[in-house]
Amino acid sequence: MIDRLLAAEPVVATAGVDLLADALEAQGASVSRAAWRPPPDEVSDALATIALHRRTDKANRIAVERMMGVRPVLTGIGVARDALGLGERTFLHAGPPIAWEDCSGPMRGALVGAMLYEGLAASPEEAVALGPEIELSPCHHHRAVGPMAGVISPSMPLAVVADADGDGAAYTTLNEGLGKVLRYGAFAPEVIDRLRWMERVLAPTLDAALRRIDPIDLRSLIGQALQMGDDGHNRNRAATSLLLRELGAALLEGDDPSRDRAEVFRFMHANDHFMLNLVMASAKVGVDAASGVAGSSLVTAMARNGTEFGIRVSGTGDAWFTAPAPEVDGLYLGSFTAADANPDLGDSAITETVGLGGFAMAASPAIVGFVGGTAADAVRRTLAMYEITLVEHPHYRIPFLESRGTPTGIDAIRVVRTGVMPVINTGIAGKEPGVGMVGAGIVEAPVACFLQAVRALAAIESDEEA
Amino acid sequence: MISHVEVRRRTYHDSVRLMQASAAVQRVDGVETALVAMATDLNLTLLQDLGFEVAETTPDDMLVAVRAADEAVIAPALAALDAALETPAGDGDMAAPEPRTIGTAAARAGADLALISVPGPHAFVEAAEALASGLHVMVFSDNVPVHQEIALKQQGLEAGLLVMGPDCGTAVVSGLGLGFANAVRPGPVSLVGASGTGIQQLCCLLDAAGVGVRHALGTGSRDLSHAVGGRATLQALVALDEDPATEVIVVVSKPPSPEVAEEVSAAAAACTTPTVLCLIGESTLEDGAAAALRALGREPTPPAVWPTRGETPRQGTLRGLFSGGTLRDEARMIVAGTLGEAAAADMIDFGDDEYTRGRPHPMIDQRLRLEHLGETAADDSIGVALLDVVLGHGAHPDPASEMAPVVADAKEVGLGIVVSLCGSSGDPQGRDAQAAALNEAGAAVFLSNAAAARHAVEVVGGTR
Repeated sequence: MIDRLLAAEPVVATAGVDLLADALEAQGASVSRAAWRPPPDEVSDALATIALHRRTDKANRIAVERMMGVRPVLTGIGVARDALGLGERTFLHAGPPIAWEDCSGPMRGALVGAMLYEGLAASPEEAVALGPEIELSPCHHHRAVGPMAGVISPSMPLAVVADADGDGAAYTTLNEGLGKVLRYGAFAPEVIDRLRWMERVLAPTLDAALRRIDPIDLRSLIGQALQMGDDGHNRNRAATSLLLRELGAALLEGDDPSRDRAEVFRFMHANDHFMLNLVMASAKVGVDAASGVAGSSLVTAMARNGTEFGIRVSGTGDAWFTAPAPEVDGLYLGSFTAADANPDLGDSAITETVGLGGFAMAASPAIVGFVGGTAADAVRRTLAMYEITLVEHPHYRIPFLESRGTPTGIDAIRVVRTGVMPVINTGIAGKEPGVGMVGAGIVEAPVACFLQAVRALAAIESDEEA
Repeated sequence: MISHVEVRRRTYHDSVRLMQASAAVQRVDGVETALVAMATDLNLTLLQDLGFEVAETTPDDMLVAVRAADEAVIAPALAALDAALETPAGDGDMAAPEPRTIGTAAARAGADLALISVPGPHAFVEAAEALASGLHVMVFSDNVPVHQEIALKQQGLEAGLLVMGPDCGTAVVSGLGLGFANAVRPGPVSLVGASGTGIQQLCCLLDAAGVGVRHALGTGSRDLSHAVGGRATLQALVALDEDPATEVIVVVSKPPSPEVAEEVSAAAAACTTPTVLCLIGESTLEDGAAAALRALGREPTPPAVWPTRGETPRQGTLRGLFSGGTLRDEARMIVAGTLGEAAAADMIDFGDDEYTRGRPHPMIDQRLRLEHLGETAADDSIGVALLDVVLGHGAHPDPASEMAPVVADAKEVGLGIVVSLCGSSGDPQGRDAQAAALNEAGAAVFLSNAAAARHAVEVVGGTR
């Protein structure tokens, strides 16, 4: 190896003092400079400890291989009570664990709505009184994910996404559409009526259609949708259309009343985000497969409960590392403004965790408009994410970048080393319960979560040495 | 207050674009509320909630609704809308962001060598990444814990990668100078050693004799310590022995740990390429250069001197003000060897950690050392100041321009000045011009550090 170094003038990569790189260039050498900056003091020992033990690279390779090894397919529609074994007063929610009294407005609104929907309370006031008695548990702890408030109550229909090449599976609610909807904290009668219709008509009709065909390969649909301008998080118009094409004939063949089938078709047609929940469940199957690899710094969850932002990494298993949920930088609907916005909310950042959403923005330049950005900004955002990710996705590719795979598999260590924060495309909920969606925008994951995670990984290395 | 609602039939704009356009209209003076959106059911509801009258539409139509203080605001509001929908949004610059770590920087350029000079506490992480990426590494940084140095060198050995440093100030690879390095012509001699300025001095003395250098592999100031065990020096020695274009090898080091010295001597003896050992304390750098020249079949001649003429300096002791550690060590041994330990007690290395924390290296920034030279002139118990001036890549672009005036002032008050000038004929600062400027100011200038030290001893000892 050294003979090769000594055979010709080297190409040099530099990090540190610019004067030394200048001196190389003055000699006509080929130099590639890192724009290095010191990591925060509180992790510099932890980074050295982890580097000293030298098992992260291999652990990350294993974890990423498991994540990419799944092939998520949509197999059917179940009911939360049976699929997840939920008790009558157990409600799941987005993000890291939270108690009723810490819930933000939209989370509270969604829980109130779910209590009304389940018939546990007859009025919003009754529901609020009952709130402290509801057992809350994160979706992520039950192989499930939900956008925004992510509330799953026992009677709700759930889409079942299975790994066609393994035995993993994940569950998610069916998407209600935009505007006044439960996941944004709305609980008006029309919201509850819609949920009941989804349970009564949408779920059985879809399930029957799905049973008439082979499971739908969601990874393939998502890959195609990126070619058509989706990002898999804030823009799912192409993927939803593709899903409808897959389902079309099977829906028509059904013996449900034709009016029901037409309503189902119309509902999905009117809701560009129908596919979002399915993209999220696809991602969840992958990250769960990648969890628990000793030494791995692969991020396996980024999720927000409206109060806190939490992440998990593979090497620390089920532990959450949390920080206050950040404000979203965005555009607002109608006359809403930033003053109406709740902090960041939802499990949907699971899409960024697998190389979609903000990470795939170059495939979906229109999205970047949410922060007054440009198509070039979208491309730069995606390019920046390659610095903190472990692989390029073999199935999710960006046409504009010569079909380069999206940056996939966030490495918590690289996040703290570089200061490049994961970028997330997201919707914005009104901060008051019952308001619903007020806008959409872009948010960066808080660095504090990653600092804690890296310190925890280093503590494990030190413990094992002791 | 007036409301303006218009429907633009069969006009499609993307929803994000329309939200931006709404925001642009909203910003117009006098506009209270604005909504620009496709006429979907959701948006029609929004329009109604905002208190606008909804016209007959299809989802393919675009709605424009503005509520404003008076009619005069509507025209500028609509103009703002059209501008927002028509103006291209950006400059189209899609350059990839700068790489943030050594691994990313290396991957972008297909690099094979990493030069790391980040602060010591952070150097290990970058160096470990460079090794994991298959790069040879030079760690210029100092203040790196020794257990990290051992870990890096062990990792390098396992992967067949060379780790130069930490605290490696100098290397030359195929003529390319890294860190502080003198410009050398290509040639038959390769150097290896745990000594930055030792390597530089050898390069310059060989250059003065018309002999070029192929490689000079610094291994870091601690490589030949007991703890590190000469890992990098031994590895580099084998590599240089196998390098077909290297005709003579010189191993140079500050005084090594005895058992490591034994191991290195054995390895040098086992080389098929003629190998010269130059261990400071046992021999001088000048001796090392001479031995290398003899191994090439050349007869060495004394290195250049720019002597002073005229008056004898004032009586007093010797003070050394150095920027190079090995140059200081060598000078101190010569002084101690002839005048005794006490005479060699006042020789400072300004490149040492205690002087460089939070401050650039004295080869780059001479201010602190020149301040000390001024104080030395003012202290009439001191007769002679011995200084080094190190030229080459990475060093101050014109050290004599700052040093000569201080030298001249010191001469005025009778201080004797002896300069060890470590420079090659090709150095960007111009070696001979630097020598001439210092000499004109009153310094005796020597290309050989050992010769400079011997001269200082003679002056202080009163033998001339």
